Amino acid sequence: MRDLVILNTVSARRNLLARSKTVAVVGASANEVRPSYFVFSYLRTKGRLDATPINPALQAIDGVKAYPSLAAYAAQRGAPDIVNVFRKPADALQVTREAIEVGAAAIWFQYGVVNQEAVALADAAGLDVVVDRCIKAESARFDGGLSIGGMRSGLISSKRPRAVQ
Amino acid sequence: MDACDRAFGFRTRALHAGTPPDPATGARALPIHLSSSFVFDSAEHAAELFALRSYGNIYSRIGNPTVSAFEERIADLEGGLGAVAAASGLAAQLCAILCVAQAGDHLVASASLYGGTVTQFTVALKRMGIDCTLANGSDPQAFAAALRPNTRLVFTETIGNPKGDIADLEAIAAVAHAHGVPLVVDNTLASPLLCRPIEWGADIVVHSATKFLCGHGTVLGGAVVESGTFPWGAGKHPLLSQPSPGYHDMNFAETFGEYAFLMRARAEVLRDVGACLSPMNAWQILQGMETLPLRMRAHVENARIVAEFLSRREEVAWVNYADLEGSPYRALAKKYLPLGAGAVFTFGLRGGRAAGRAFIDRLELWSHLANVGDAKSLVIHPASTTHQQLNDEELRACGVTQDTVRLSVGLEDPEDLLWDLDRALKHSIAAHEEPPARACAIS
Repeated sequence: MRDLVILNTVSARRNLLARSKTVAVVGASANEVRPSYFVFSYLRTKGRLDATPINPALQAIDGVKAYPSLAAYAAQRGAPDIVNVFRKPADALQVTREAIEVGAAAIWFQYGVVNQEAVALADAAGLDVVVDRCIKAESARFDGGLSIGGMRSGLISSKRPRAVQ
Repeated sequence: MDACDRAFGFRTRALHAGTPPDPATGARALPIHLSSSFVFDSAEHAAELFALRSYGNIYSRIGNPTVSAFEERIADLEGGLGAVAAASGLAAQLCAILCVAQAGDHLVASASLYGGTVTQFTVALKRMGIDCTLANGSDPQAFAAALRPNTRLVFTETIGNPKGDIADLEAIAAVAHAHGVPLVVDNTLASPLLCRPIEWGADIVVHSATKFLCGHGTVLGGAVVESGTFPWGAGKHPLLSQPSPGYHDMNFAETFGEYAFLMRARAEVLRDVGACLSPMNAWQILQGMETLPLRMRAHVENARIVAEFLSRREEVAWVNYADLEGSPYRALAKKYLPLGAGAVFTFGLRGGRAAGRAFIDRLELWSHLANVGDAKSLVIHPASTTHQQLNDEELRACGVTQDTVRLSVGLEDPEDLLWDLDRALKHSIAAHEEPPARACAIS
């Protein structure tokens, strides 16, 4: 069996974020202390990604229309560049099937959402795959957010960075 | 290979980590951001920042761009996830402790710590309702025996100040982790060049940046570094795993995952304790850190020369430097400090306290003061100064006797350091009722 093509280098994740425009956040919550709300809110206000919540229980989060499913999102918006998964590991396989079905380019499993079967399925279908990483933290690594928070970005450069927004 | 995938070396990171050119001006040196506060882009931006959903500067008690550059650099050199800076080493370790412990809780610490730390733990924290048991720092099982159900952390120094004992970090981390609590290590005397405790299982590293990080005896500062790998949500640390009334009933472990400790240490503890690091000081410390790898190697080289010199002298009763042959800590030093056992150590003069005083008063080049980790060589008599607040039992546990002299070996020409020591040692005999049978002649 060949090795799975997981984006486990910093540059691979940076390039994925740079080439993507839309992200569908599956399991985004409107509860203000949930991690998925933090991430969605960050993507909505800070990043250059167009983030949309996918949650059948919600109409909208902070004015952004929510879709009940990836299929419903794709029917109106087309395939998302990234499907960002905030679900139990056991539910990850079903989300992956739906992501493949709608033609998503990449699937990003958040911290703790580790399901090897789902990873293998997404990889076999040609999606870019990120596992057990936070899309907010990785975005913040490149936009200066981690550094402002005293966190280690791991980046070393003597080039003038883009101004932090 | 893309630059962001490269694992850069220690010396490169000591110069660059946390300090890319300034995005606003292109300034290559880090600007000193002397601003108490930072404007918001919009009302929404302000709300996002206050709710901790976005990263950005609000007020310099909680974060400042010059200070965060220092935080990122020390986190990088220690191999941590991030860091929170504080006004001093004592402020940093107070923030680390208050992040995981509250009234009714307990901590276990090595008995051979810096005297100021012992007093902070056994007097100040006790008044706040946090109990501390001091354990034999050389015996991991003594830490295990001192653990209680309400113990929230285990604390030690990499190199005990001033005893010079070397902590068996791997064994003590195993004891702490078996109990579900983190190991906190004060790595001040080793610096991340000589030892990186996180690589040996420590979860939190604290520093007095005043010492070797700053390196020139100028400004005060401290830092808490955290690994990002401790399971804060497992239930042993309700301050991190229960809703916090100090922050919208947020559960830090659930909301921030691996960033839980660092977020709470900054947003609740540093916010409320108020012992923030000045940007002026952060800048000075960062300047010092650029040459940390070069300086530490030179400090260690001089320390070896001085320790070996003292160990050959008749006037000297004992020398406690872990790299010396015959030291009980030599094996641990070889394991945890392969580049050298630091540059701070103690020795005793025959003739005890009177000889010690005569010795210190006679020194011309060594500065008599209460600090360590300066580029200049320093000397002090701990029993009457840094460890004065300790009782006899605590003094013994710290390895401080009435004849103990502590040295912090600097970067001068070693011949000059030995010249000065030789003069003072000879002078110390005069204060000694029974001079040694023969005195060594040193040119």
